[in-house]
Amino acid sequence: MKIRLLAFGIAKDIFNQSELDFEISLGNSISHLKQKLIEQYPEFSKLQSLKFAINEDYQGDDYVIKQNDEVVIIPPVSGG
Amino acid sequence: MIDIQIKENTLIPLDCENFVFDDSAGGTVVFVGTVRNQTKGKPVISLEFEAYKPMAIKEMQKIAKVAIEKFQVLKISMHHRVGVLKVGEIPIVIAVSTPHRKAAFKACEFAINTLKETVPIWKKEIFENGEVWVAAHP
Repeated sequence: MKIRLLAFGIAKDIFNQSELDFEISLGNSISHLKQKLIEQYPEFSKLQSLKFAINEDYQGDDYVIKQNDEVVIIPPVSGG
Repeated sequence: MIDIQIKENTLIPLDCENFVFDDSAGGTVVFVGTVRNQTKGKPVISLEFEAYKPMAIKEMQKIAKVAIEKFQVLKISMHHRVGVLKVGEIPIVIAVSTPHRKAAFKACEFAINTLKETVPIWKKEIFENGEVWVAAHP
């Protein structure tokens, strides 16, 4: 299934855009997505951390992604 | 009472202060973050802040709620700026009021420390000869 990824900060630079359609399998979790992302964009493996937000809340590796979820890549934050 | 804002124009610390003033408060602490002119000796020209705004507001609200419970905060105001900021400009203001001053210092420090860990806002440092996303790499 196709999901829409939103990217901010360095993630946006890695994609060269702020939104990207990305193919994952039905039943894939965040950890699957992370693995696939790193395969296609090895730069992600060099980051200090790589988190994900689903529908505006942080979710852990086990979260199973659903079709209409808003999936946002959260590279290390640095506000303040 | 909680006041959370993400703004694209100049932050005014007094706005946060005025929000938190309260007759039952014995103290108000205001933290004002400013853009420093250098990082590890390299002159900084500007900082660029970017936010995932709806979630950033939610996460700041969570921090405010925890501060209220944990430190008996009466009122808390957190304003964060986004966009390009020059040296000396203000990206963050946090004000808290509490019945006794000790808790106000603690609550304010808790709020800024937690914001730096959890709130989806990113800053890029712009130098004379390049730019870097802060904290991105180990």
